[in-house]
Amino acid sequence: MPPATGGGLAESKLRPRRGRCGPQAARAACRDVAAEAVARSPKRPARGSRRFEAAGWWALLALVTLLSFATRFHRLDEPPHICWDETHFGKMGSYYINRTFFFDVHPPLGKMLIGLAGYLSGYDGTFLFQKPGDKYEHHSYMGMRGFCAFLGSWLVPFAYLTVLDLSKSLSAALLTAALLTFDTGCLTLSQYILLDPILMFFIMAAMLSMVKYNSCADRPFSAPWWFWLSLTGVSLAGALGVKFVGLFIILQVGLNTIADLWYLFGDLSLSLVTVGKHLTARVLCLIVLPLALYTATFAVHFMVLSKSGPGDGFFSSAFQARLSGNNLHNASIPEHLAYGSVITVKNLRMAIGYLHSHRHLYPEGIGARQQQVTTYLHKDYNNLWIIKKHNTNSDPLDPSFPVEFVRHGDIIRLEHKETSRNLHSHYHEAPLTRKHYQVTGYGINGTGDSNDFWRIEVVNRKFGNRIKVLRSRIRFIHLVTGCVLGSSGKVLPKWGWEQLEVTCTPYLKETLNSIWNVEDHINPKLPNISLDVLQPSFPEMLLESHMVMIRGNSGLKPKDNEFTSKPWHWPINYQGLRFSGVNDTDFRVYLLGNPVVWWLNLLSITLYLLSGSIIAVAMQRGARLPAEVAGLSQVLLRGGGQVLLGWTLHYFPFFLMGRVLYFHHYFPAMLFSSMLTGILWDTLLRLCAWGLASWPLARGIHVAGILSLLLGTAYSFYLFHPLAYGMVGPLAQDPQSPMAGLRWLDSWDF
Amino acid sequence: MGGSPLRFLKAARLLRVHRNPGTQSSSTRGRADRRVSHLLLHRARRPHPLRTRVALAQCASALLPVGPRRRGESNVEQGSEWCGVPSGLTPNRRPSRTVLRRCREPGAALPGLGETRGICLSPLFYKMWGFLKRPVVVTADINLSLVALTGMGLLSRLWRLTYPRAVVFDEVYYGQYISFYMKRIFFLDDSGPPFGHMVLALGGYLGGFDGNFLWNRIGAEYSSNVPVWSLRLLPALAGALSVPMAYQIVLELHFSHCAAMGAALLMLIENALITQSRLMLLESVLIFFNLLAVLSYLKFFNCQKHSPFSLSWWFWLTLTGVACSCAVGIKYMGVFTYVLVLGVAAVHAWHLIGDQTLSNVCVFCHLLARAVALLVIPVVLYLLFFYVHLILLFRSGPHDQIMSSAFQASLEGGLARITQGQPLEVAFGSQVTLRNVFGKPVPCWLHSHQDTYPMIYENGRGSSHQQQVTCYPFKDVNNWWIVKDPRRHQLVVSSPPRPVRHGDMVQLVHGLTTRSLNTHDVAAPLSPHSQEVSCYIDYNISMPAQNLWRLEIVNRGSDTDVWKTILSEVRFVHVNTSAVLKLSGAHLPDWGYRQLEIVGEKLSRGYHGSTVWNVEEHRYGASQEQREREWELHSPAQVDVSRNLSFMARFSELQWRMLALRSDDSEHKYSSSPLEWVTLDTNIAYWLHPRTSAQIHLLGNIVIWVSGSLALAIYSLLSLWYLLRRRRNVHDLPQDAWLRWVLAGVLCAGGWAVNYLPFFLMEKTLFLYHYLPALTFQILLLPVVLQHISDHLCRSQLQRTVFSALVVAWYSSACHVSNTLRPLTYGDKSLSPHELKALRWKDSWDILIRKH
Repeated sequence: MPPATGGGLAESKLRPRRGRCGPQAARAACRDVAAEAVARSPKRPARGSRRFEAAGWWALLALVTLLSFATRFHRLDEPPHICWDETHFGKMGSYYINRTFFFDVHPPLGKMLIGLAGYLSGYDGTFLFQKPGDKYEHHSYMGMRGFCAFLGSWLVPFAYLTVLDLSKSLSAALLTAALLTFDTGCLTLSQYILLDPILMFFIMAAMLSMVKYNSCADRPFSAPWWFWLSLTGVSLAGALGVKFVGLFIILQVGLNTIADLWYLFGDLSLSLVTVGKHLTARVLCLIVLPLALYTATFAVHFMVLSKSGPGDGFFSSAFQARLSGNNLHNASIPEHLAYGSVITVKNLRMAIGYLHSHRHLYPEGIGARQQQVTTYLHKDYNNLWIIKKHNTNSDPLDPSFPVEFVRHGDIIRLEHKETSRNLHSHYHEAPLTRKHYQVTGYGINGTGDSNDFWRIEVVNRKFGNRIKVLRSRIRFIHLVTGCVLGSSGKVLPKWGWEQLEVTCTPYLKETLNSIWNVEDHINPKLPNISLDVLQPSFPEMLLESHMVMIRGNSGLKPKDNEFTSKPWHWPINYQGLRFSGVNDTDFRVYLLGNPVVWWLNLLSITLYLLSGSIIAVAMQRGARLPAEVAGLSQVLLRGGGQVLLGWTLHYFPFFLMGRVLYFHHYFPAMLFSSMLTGILWDTLLRLCAWGLASWPLARGIHVAGILSLLLGTAYSFYLFHPLAYGMVGPLAQDPQSPMAGLRWLDSWDF
Repeated sequence: MGGSPLRFLKAARLLRVHRNPGTQSSSTRGRADRRVSHLLLHRARRPHPLRTRVALAQCASALLPVGPRRRGESNVEQGSEWCGVPSGLTPNRRPSRTVLRRCREPGAALPGLGETRGICLSPLFYKMWGFLKRPVVVTADINLSLVALTGMGLLSRLWRLTYPRAVVFDEVYYGQYISFYMKRIFFLDDSGPPFGHMVLALGGYLGGFDGNFLWNRIGAEYSSNVPVWSLRLLPALAGALSVPMAYQIVLELHFSHCAAMGAALLMLIENALITQSRLMLLESVLIFFNLLAVLSYLKFFNCQKHSPFSLSWWFWLTLTGVACSCAVGIKYMGVFTYVLVLGVAAVHAWHLIGDQTLSNVCVFCHLLARAVALLVIPVVLYLLFFYVHLILLFRSGPHDQIMSSAFQASLEGGLARITQGQPLEVAFGSQVTLRNVFGKPVPCWLHSHQDTYPMIYENGRGSSHQQQVTCYPFKDVNNWWIVKDPRRHQLVVSSPPRPVRHGDMVQLVHGLTTRSLNTHDVAAPLSPHSQEVSCYIDYNISMPAQNLWRLEIVNRGSDTDVWKTILSEVRFVHVNTSAVLKLSGAHLPDWGYRQLEIVGEKLSRGYHGSTVWNVEEHRYGASQEQREREWELHSPAQVDVSRNLSFMARFSELQWRMLALRSDDSEHKYSSSPLEWVTLDTNIAYWLHPRTSAQIHLLGNIVIWVSGSLALAIYSLLSLWYLLRRRRNVHDLPQDAWLRWVLAGVLCAGGWAVNYLPFFLMEKTLFLYHYLPALTFQILLLPVVLQHISDHLCRSQLQRTVFSALVVAWYSSACHVSNTLRPLTYGDKSLSPHELKALRWKDSWDILIRKH
């Protein structure tokens, strides 16, 4: 460590930074201390040594970056088969290349980038990505993996620069960089076709540019200020565009901005106009710009995916009309429903699907043993129903009968086309929602009983009106029991093929679950009209795809008797994830954090809370701290506080989530926690060295401490690297295995 | 104006025995002085016409002169006003000597006053000789307005309390638990900790209820043995006392007597609160403790300024902790208010740390006292509730099955009858039943029977065709297994018994069929990723038996631990494939009699209840012969000693089960979403008279609800405005008014927020009554905002007059609405269909109209 950094450190740390100094008096004190420190700091180094210093600075950064790239790209091509979630994200990349429409719970940017990387590297989108373990063979997959590893490698230099800016200490930054470089978990996660390296790249980029722009605060509206501010906005859009987890970093930047503006607003030397300018600049760069970019990704998404594909059924009928290959695309169908029409009926609630029935009965003990009626998201012949009059069973399509339109308020019967059973309900409890009535298919060849009669109603329309395809929002009211046909959205067990439950609800509350529309409509006796008028506008599509994504996310519920990862497992590195391989003959990759790094992080958080509260209480009690200690505590409280906030925001919200959680959700938080470790140990060691100043080797404490931490993590990486780079041979439970001694927790199964 | 000393005397309140004025601390005096000077300052700035004009104030001034008197102009009058300032029921607020001297001055001018006050004003020597010269005088200061409020509260909540003499809405639910308490039968309820149920049960106990009533249907008529009045009494009392408490809280926030009256009167006429308090429901009790927590914290905080570590300081501090834990003990919702109080206390403590006039030791003592009172006491009390709960309920009951075997064995009757006296240590040759610890979807026991797996499943996959192994939710002789030592042939316990330890190899032999538990690399019937588990039948098809299992005791103390009946949680790890015996949770089809599937899980990660088993019934096998053993298995187990679980073990199990129990009924006819609450878009029909159309609804006073939300919006906007202006160094409010405004906002608006916003994150079924605690805080905020507008925003006398008139008009309309909705609140009057339709102000209100 060049000795000059010590002086530079004290000075720069003590410079009152915007927005955090609090009350005026305290700031004045800050300034005094700063001036004192400047006065006491050694003379400015000569120009030559400064240049030397700058060169060293760049060399260190280059070293860190190089090491990061080297570790990430080492053995990137192994294993040459699909690992874990590559099966999803690789497949989605292929969809982009093939331009087929699909549905995913995450926003499109990450998969689009993967697709682009694949496209540029010559992947043709023909690999099926069926299940983990499938060999890639001749398909080019290295472009996509390389792209993810490239973004993943940037995490380390980003963290390095962030910590350097927050603590002004090279040793803290180096420690952070080492922790991240040598963490097997980060390494593993960066090496495969996954969304996480892309997400973390944007999160760290946002953090770095936010920190940079904070330190530009003394030169507002200068070029670097604008640069970092707008870069923050761009990164935020990127983070949100990959996964909704990006909302947490947005929250952090938002809090930082509010604090910043609050400080500016309280600065009476600034006129209100200036404050207004500041506000506008932030609104432009941190709200308008990200929103525009985020929307743009969706625009590209909709533009690229123009062909019908597996995601169609999740979206409304109008949405599907724009996908080529979909039967609604450029379609023309009769406009008004008439008796004898063959139709499909779709629930208006997103991601519920079509009214469906099939030749399977409800199992014994679940209502009456009649034919199942469900909703089904995919298009299928079993979704077709025929509208018939309730009292006659004659064939309305007989050319001798005149066309008779169905009108609002008519009593009708819905006959399932494939099985000729009528849509039926009765006073039996529904299979899952006990307070609703069961809906079944009943009757033989269309002859049933009075429980098959439904009154068809158009929401918010007058009686007697005709019913329009696609546009009319209709309800089916059961005549005998007075209940309304709806879908509860709950997934039926195996006997129901995991389709969704259909019930008849006695509560007449108007919810989307009980409103339907007619999608397909076949009636040869009626003239067709074109459906092009139905195409939704871009904002409508945007809104709809968000609704579908949110529903999809909340639908990922863990089942009973299933092992699920709990948020409290994560920081203690309780359990890893198998990326590849199970048996001892397989090539095994196991996502697990480097335990030395992770447990050090855990210890650091505790230590930080302890030391932070001691310092805060001491300051609140008005203790007079020596200048150097005051500077170090400022670093600890402000820099460390920023990072701790990041960790909190990226970790604790998971406790509130009801969806299925996985170990890799912790990694963004882990980045922050590693940065905290870097800052904390550097500061603590410096404090130690200061406290023992009378001791001759005091300065050595700091250097020795940092060095031993660096070497320790490097050594632990040497021990645990097979987890990330892959291992073959006996499992670790076997004492023969080279990894046997490293299975420190029983719950690790590599 | 209110200067009349006679009125003052009438208004004097607070039972007070003046024995030793000399001991009054100087800090009390200082505080009183500050208070007086504060009033002086305050008055010098602005007169308060509102209080004299508003009807509230008028009714108040008839009872108490305080409000009007504040407008007095001379020092003397202020002094006397201070004497009359309501101090609630607190003994700590003795008027100090200085102030009382001021009181005497007008008193001296008026005959009569000085004499009664003489004793209390005398200096020390007066007091020493005083009782010789004059009789000892007990002066009772009674705040008639408080009395009147309490009286009206009681009247509104207790009036015809036994009507309707039928089960109303959720009484059907709480009633069951009351009956369980009366019969001392154990139950498990996930809706909240037991304190709430115990409060209701106390009512039953006082009324001599024997618990014999079948709570099965809303609207069922109570039989004569149900003491309806005493069962409903405690919630009603809690509801009634909330009224004077609201008064006290606003007063402690240093707002005017008039505002305090306003808050209390609003609480009084809020229909939803009335309905909810008059039934066997817990919300009113929860609200009572919420308000008590806030009130006692405020009292404590006001004590803090002048007399820390005094008796009353301790009293209120402790009471805060007690009230918080009672609120949490009634419903988990109470946590929200607890967190709020903790937060406010933490901020105040942080200021205390920053106070450099205090010594370090003093600050430490302060922090320690707060930690003990606000953290330790609530935890201890919470445990105490469970302790009492478990002491009271010692008999086994309908919810036993949810609990672990060990817990069940600690209850009287039920499982304990069977397991009492079983041998503790499982030995080779023991006969056991194995229960799955997870208990989901239903609690069940490892089971096998003669039938085999079908050769080919419906989907075309094949099976081993060996004997089925399932999990069976009923007690059955086929649940018995024998623990066999693989190295020996005998199936009986040797003497002395050789206990089975962690890590031992065992075979599990099915008692009746004598086949042993086996798993192999064949896909399980419903979970194809796991291994099939069977009882091995040798078909001579080169499929050898793989029936060795290694025993792992999960909750062992050391590696040499012995496998204990009931207490040990064990896993069976297959020796050949290292698969773990697991309950998959799926129901087998008809061929498996719809019993639950058992599989060997190869990829077992960490601890999960579904892979863990415990021995429930246990005896030492004695007969080697198959026939004798069958007879042995059919006969009941023998009995010797009993084992008991420690309280903490029972508590933690009960607590976890309560938190983990999830009822999946997500819909109810009257369930609603939090967004509908603020605007009162929903109601709940509680009860309908069996013949007439008299009915009870949970329906709020819509004027209060809407204006409460409005007040909240005004408060937030104003605060934001002030905050921004203060940041630019423009101080619209004087410092003390600002602090008052902030504290009132944090407690009232904050109380609303913490009691309301978390519901948006909850997934359980929500009802309108969940909003009531938040509503009470909104009601407290209303008068605060009104007074603020009148004091600080009305710039001229005229504006103030107009504003007061508006407030009066608004309050009268609230009264009118309350009165109009009264038939639906009390359900005492049968309205015609026409009248009912007229009451249906919102289309979303569900008012029941009989079709004739």
